[in-house]
Amino acid sequence: MAIFNLNINGKKQQVDVDPATPILWVLRDHLNLVGTKYGCGIAQCGTCTILVGDIAMRSCMLPVSQIGNQAITTIEGLSEDGDHPVQKAWLEHDVPQCGYCQAGQIMNAVALLKANPKPSDEEIDGAMNGNICRCGTYVRIKAAIKAAV
Amino acid sequence: MTIVKTTYNRRSFLQTTVLAGGGMMLGFSWLASCNPTPEEVLNMPKEWFNINGFLKIGENGVVTIMSPNPEIGQNVKTSMPMIIAEELDVDWKNVVVEQAPLNTDIFTRQLAGGSQSIRQGWQSLRMAGATARHMLREAAAQQWQVPVAEITTAMGVVYHEKSGKSVGYGEVASAAAKIPVPEEVQLKDAKDFKIIGTSRKNVDGNKIVTGQPLFGLDYRREGMLIAMIAHPPAFGMKLKSVDDSAAKAMPGIKDVFTVNIYNEGYEKQWSDTTAFEELVVVVGNTTWEVMNAKKALRIEWERTSAAENTEGYMAKMAALTAKPATQLRKDGNPEAAFKSAAKVIERTYTAPFLPHNTMEPMNFFAHVTADKAELVGPIQTPEFMEKTVAARLGLPLEKIDIQMTRQGGGFGRRLYGHFVVEAAVISQKMNAPIKLVYTREDDMTQGVYRPAYHVTYRAALDANNKLIGFHIRGGGIQDSPVHADRFPAGAIDNYLAEDWTLDSNISTGAWRAPGSNFIAGAEQSFLDEVAEAMGKDPIAFRLELFDRAMKNPVGKNNDYEAARYAGVLELVREKSGWGKNDPAGVHRGVSAYYCHNSYVAQVIDMVLENGKPVIQKVHCAVDCGIVVNPDAATNLVEGGIVDGIGHALYSTLTFKDGAAEQSNFDKYRLIRHSEAPKAIEVHFVNNGIDPTGLGEPLNPPIIGALANAMYKATGKRVYDQPFLAGGQILG
Repeated sequence: MAIFNLNINGKKQQVDVDPATPILWVLRDHLNLVGTKYGCGIAQCGTCTILVGDIAMRSCMLPVSQIGNQAITTIEGLSEDGDHPVQKAWLEHDVPQCGYCQAGQIMNAVALLKANPKPSDEEIDGAMNGNICRCGTYVRIKAAIKAAV
Repeated sequence: MTIVKTTYNRRSFLQTTVLAGGGMMLGFSWLASCNPTPEEVLNMPKEWFNINGFLKIGENGVVTIMSPNPEIGQNVKTSMPMIIAEELDVDWKNVVVEQAPLNTDIFTRQLAGGSQSIRQGWQSLRMAGATARHMLREAAAQQWQVPVAEITTAMGVVYHEKSGKSVGYGEVASAAAKIPVPEEVQLKDAKDFKIIGTSRKNVDGNKIVTGQPLFGLDYRREGMLIAMIAHPPAFGMKLKSVDDSAAKAMPGIKDVFTVNIYNEGYEKQWSDTTAFEELVVVVGNTTWEVMNAKKALRIEWERTSAAENTEGYMAKMAALTAKPATQLRKDGNPEAAFKSAAKVIERTYTAPFLPHNTMEPMNFFAHVTADKAELVGPIQTPEFMEKTVAARLGLPLEKIDIQMTRQGGGFGRRLYGHFVVEAAVISQKMNAPIKLVYTREDDMTQGVYRPAYHVTYRAALDANNKLIGFHIRGGGIQDSPVHADRFPAGAIDNYLAEDWTLDSNISTGAWRAPGSNFIAGAEQSFLDEVAEAMGKDPIAFRLELFDRAMKNPVGKNNDYEAARYAGVLELVREKSGWGKNDPAGVHRGVSAYYCHNSYVAQVIDMVLENGKPVIQKVHCAVDCGIVVNPDAATNLVEGGIVDGIGHALYSTLTFKDGAAEQSNFDKYRLIRHSEAPKAIEVHFVNNGIDPTGLGEPLNPPIIGALANAMYKATGKRVYDQPFLAGGQILG
């Protein structure tokens, strides 16, 4: 066990955990931020995507010991009132079916748009390919990303 | 104008209660009002209906509508309340939707399955809204001393036009609650619908995009522990011994023990399907600690039945299809037709086991004390599991409280609620609230899978290339995909359908459109090949068969309406410009299928890029009757198409020595963003027929359209799913 001082959604948080604990479980079990979801545990489905700085990362394989002082943003911290352009575009396109993978999809899309505000269809496919949706909302996700400005 | 009687089981239909804080609450029993056919009752669990719900109106006019059924992504939490709100005649903006609790004292069944929620709920939901509206009118009429016939409503306000009086629902709700439940109520004409047929956003949309707790895995309770299970590593194995010393010594671990999830002699119901009943459980403080401790268990397993493998069951299935099987239907003289045929086309189709892979793995919260059990989580069959849990714990039904969370996908997997019982047993043993969590590996390797299937089709053509005989023989692991009375039965003079099933120690069950999820693709590929052999356009060929089935049907009990079937095919032909405006350089495949009470026809436009199929567009025509929530329905259509294409192209679960060879998404392929169709165009038939469901009818036919487009693109027919198992380069 070790103490880690984390910067999550603009707030300082202290946790005392096994240093190998993936940040996913620190968020979910220790900080009660359950918007970030568990899907596969091996960084293959994208369901657990968070932002580390401006970069989309799979939180399920990212040990808390590697975070250091980098700012973490989760779906809960994306906006005060759910009015981030990507969140608004998701609502406008009524993207979710079951909704479980959507936090990861949104966080990945946010990182994509930060790096590339006007991605082509191919660039969207390339950036989003690691995020699985079993309900098959891919067509709407692409439309929402293109509309999010 | 439709008038429906509310009288056929008055005592259980409506119970009016004046709430402590004023307002009005209606509780109603849906079983009494939904008029299921005896056949549907007998066929449980293939058809599921019997919904429950209630609404309350606040003093301020806000209406809370309880959504009775489990929400697994099919959007019933929005569309079912919309139907109530329509007949209640309220402003949708003033409606709050809550997930109804499972309560078999007031309600009957609450179930997600068979694409039946909207179909079975339609009349009952309307009646619920209409009954409340009537009582509000009656209350206002009494207050104003005017005839109730002169009272109208709109957008949550009661009006008396002659006197110019009006009152909001909230203000009259308290009086309305004391009005006797009417003998009969009048339903709206479809032309007066203001909510049904308009697109309304997902009522949980905001919570989803802001990451608020909604799902079973998000649930937590003060003092809650985390539990995980070590299952046998392969089917046909059981626990021999466990050394838990290392695991127990790990940080945060509370206990390690073995449980049996069913009592000795317990007679399992269909929803109790699972291959493993004796389990090793690890309980601790946090998920990560429990995951690690589970890995530290030293367990010896022993084999109790055969170690199956993919080659073995494929060979067994082929042998069963090669010989006569159980005859399901015979029209005319198929033997003679095939004997006299100038040409016989025979093709065999196969499909592998598939896990459901809901994005949210199996999980459940349980808090069991000496005299009651509280259970919270994602389950498609809460009422069935309530019974199982009661039997296992030895508690009366009313002491079992199951609450439904939003579910991160269902697809049939959460019909089988062994994990609910597991959670209950673990909580009881720990005497603490616990949340049972399956890892993805647990979820994928300990599933209740879509069975592997195998079918052979034969068509007999005479010397004039006329189709004179049709034969289908097939089966699957513990389940047959053959629906003998479905098309093309009824359209061909000489017809024979046979099936078989093969036992296995691998657990199988319903998976999005059971049976249809395989047979539709096989049948629609085969018909394409037959049409080609006959020199006919595949759409024209099918329409000729439908025409025959309409004008002069063969045999009895044909399980489809040929006119509606032909209707979707004609619509997709028109909208895609099939045969008239076929896009240059694009390979097209078509299919049509009917299952779960809805009709679907699809055209795929495919090109090959670097040896990979790229689907430029899917044209889809759907006849599900009245479309309650068009944009959400379109979403479901799109999703079913993507899901169907993905599984047919890429997904397979193979077995070696009884163990699944794919245990996570590094080896198991689900369709990804870049592989989805570039565009999907959806057209609904506008016919005013009572609505049917969309959860399952979309993914079966697309497999046929896909196979037929692949043939056009490559010149080679595909028969074995997944079509791109080995990452083949096409063209």
